[in-house]
Amino acid sequence: MFGFGLIKGLFVTLKNLVGPTFTVQYPNKRVGLIKASKYYNKNPFSLFKSHPLEGFKAIVGQAVIKEFPDQSPRFRGQEFNWFEDRCTGCASCAKYCPLGIIEIVTHPGEKNIQEGTSYDIDVFDIDIGRCMFCGICVEACPFDALHMGSGFERAIEKRENLVISVDELRSAEKRPSTWFRPQMEKSSYEPRNEKIEDSHDVGRHEKPSKEELTKRWVNER
Amino acid sequence: MSLRTEPVTMNVGPIHPSTHGVFRMRVTFDGEEIVDVEPVIGYLHRGSEKLAEERTYTQVVTLTDRMDYVASMTNNQSYILSVEKLAGITPSPRGVWLRMIAAELQRIASHAVANGFLINDLGAWHTPLLYMLREREKILEMFEMLCGARITNSYLRPGGVFMDAPDQFWPALNRFLDEMPNRIDDIERLLTTNEIVLIRTQNVGVLKKDECLNASITGPVLRASGVDWDLRDKNPYDYYDQIEFSRPLGEIGDNHDRFLVRIFEMRESLKILRQCIENIEPGPVRPKEVPFLVRPPKGDSYVPIESPKGELGFYLVSDGGISPFRCHVRAPSLINLTLLREMVLGDKIADLFVTFGSIDVNMGEVDR
Repeated sequence: MFGFGLIKGLFVTLKNLVGPTFTVQYPNKRVGLIKASKYYNKNPFSLFKSHPLEGFKAIVGQAVIKEFPDQSPRFRGQEFNWFEDRCTGCASCAKYCPLGIIEIVTHPGEKNIQEGTSYDIDVFDIDIGRCMFCGICVEACPFDALHMGSGFERAIEKRENLVISVDELRSAEKRPSTWFRPQMEKSSYEPRNEKIEDSHDVGRHEKPSKEELTKRWVNER
Repeated sequence: MSLRTEPVTMNVGPIHPSTHGVFRMRVTFDGEEIVDVEPVIGYLHRGSEKLAEERTYTQVVTLTDRMDYVASMTNNQSYILSVEKLAGITPSPRGVWLRMIAAELQRIASHAVANGFLINDLGAWHTPLLYMLREREKILEMFEMLCGARITNSYLRPGGVFMDAPDQFWPALNRFLDEMPNRIDDIERLLTTNEIVLIRTQNVGVLKKDECLNASITGPVLRASGVDWDLRDKNPYDYYDQIEFSRPLGEIGDNHDRFLVRIFEMRESLKILRQCIENIEPGPVRPKEVPFLVRPPKGDSYVPIESPKGELGFYLVSDGGISPFRCHVRAPSLINLTLLREMVLGDKIADLFVTFGSIDVNMGEVDR
């Protein structure tokens, strides 16, 4: 019968019409009382006490909560995370960057850092306006000093502001992604919810002993 | 009494919603009938092959992502296989299984996009397309778990993959394998017997067997014309020789056959994925002795693979340095595009876009 295929197809669209939605209302979602109180982690009555305006909005289903899409811990995000006391200034990241957008200037320093010899960083510029977030700089870092970030909300108005300077890297919140850092994955770490302050937590290597160093660099050469 | 009219030449594209990127066709019409088509390409040329000559072998992986941006995992796979043959690297078994899983997932995603946009070109405004993109979304989320990016993956490295799959990947993959057959059934119920789709696609854009073989067409377009040629079967790379799957063949070689072949291949990919999960075993994903800076000896290599669009291969020449001396890509989209004129000649203007959509070309790969 002509038209039977059309009717069969309409049943599929009908099924999808009443089925669950998969759209994420990023960044804001309007919800009712139950979901709003769950979001503020309160029962509905104390929600009125602490957030009266949101409570009244929630009665008519207009309370605004934030909703983020699910994000993997390996997500290669925008803000690079840099742990200064792990960095030796070897500039491996600058060498291996396919686009050459990392600029590093160092001078011999006095400070004794965790691994390697001591060089102080003067300039560490990452031009993320040209970055393609391939993560090869992170892969090349021998001391786990540079990490990919986990954020993606960095819309700004001027192109100059897209260059991350060394001061910005020092003061930024440390929410590193687990891209190429398998040691961080084992501890069920979530970049969106947790911050890392101690640079010991992100390391992959133990500091090699003097015998190991001699074996690797002197005897085997 | 017949009215005599002059043929009209018109430009379709380069910016046109139905040209899947920046592609221009100089079409000559006689009334509604197509008399001549001349494809004009090169609007998306970025010089990837030349850029590869001044990057190291690991850095070129990021360039291959951007060639066929709907199927970047298979691009990575083809390039990495070429590098491994050039440098004589034996990959780790777990890494090979993981990249086969990634490649088959990518094949499902690419075919979903191809079929969705084919129906979109017919004029079914976005409903079937969004059903397909919903399934693709699940695959992209799995890619994000694997490698932190959804489209520009850069997941593969010489010797395997760069990191093992995380713990949350395997439940997500199993859930996807359980759900996906029902979703494909839904799509078939919606489209395969739909009378409008049948009228618009059957016996339109017919491609004969001889024409295909003559122009070295590969991929689903060739199999829709009835030639049993699949490199996963004829010239197995990775571990495809340990895997059983069947290859769907079309009969006439029209647009509907190409649509059906892609649907069947999605089902076959699910079968391959199940076998991969059975066969995968713990171990390292990448041999430790492979250096970050691969330095292959002098020579050249070409390893073709079956990408979602056809035979994809990277021809690499090494002069012993850290970057390829010459890199050439055998892009299936470009070669499948060469028969567009023969396919649409004599059809109506509305069939031009359907036929063009059914070849499943990707402009990023055509122009590179």
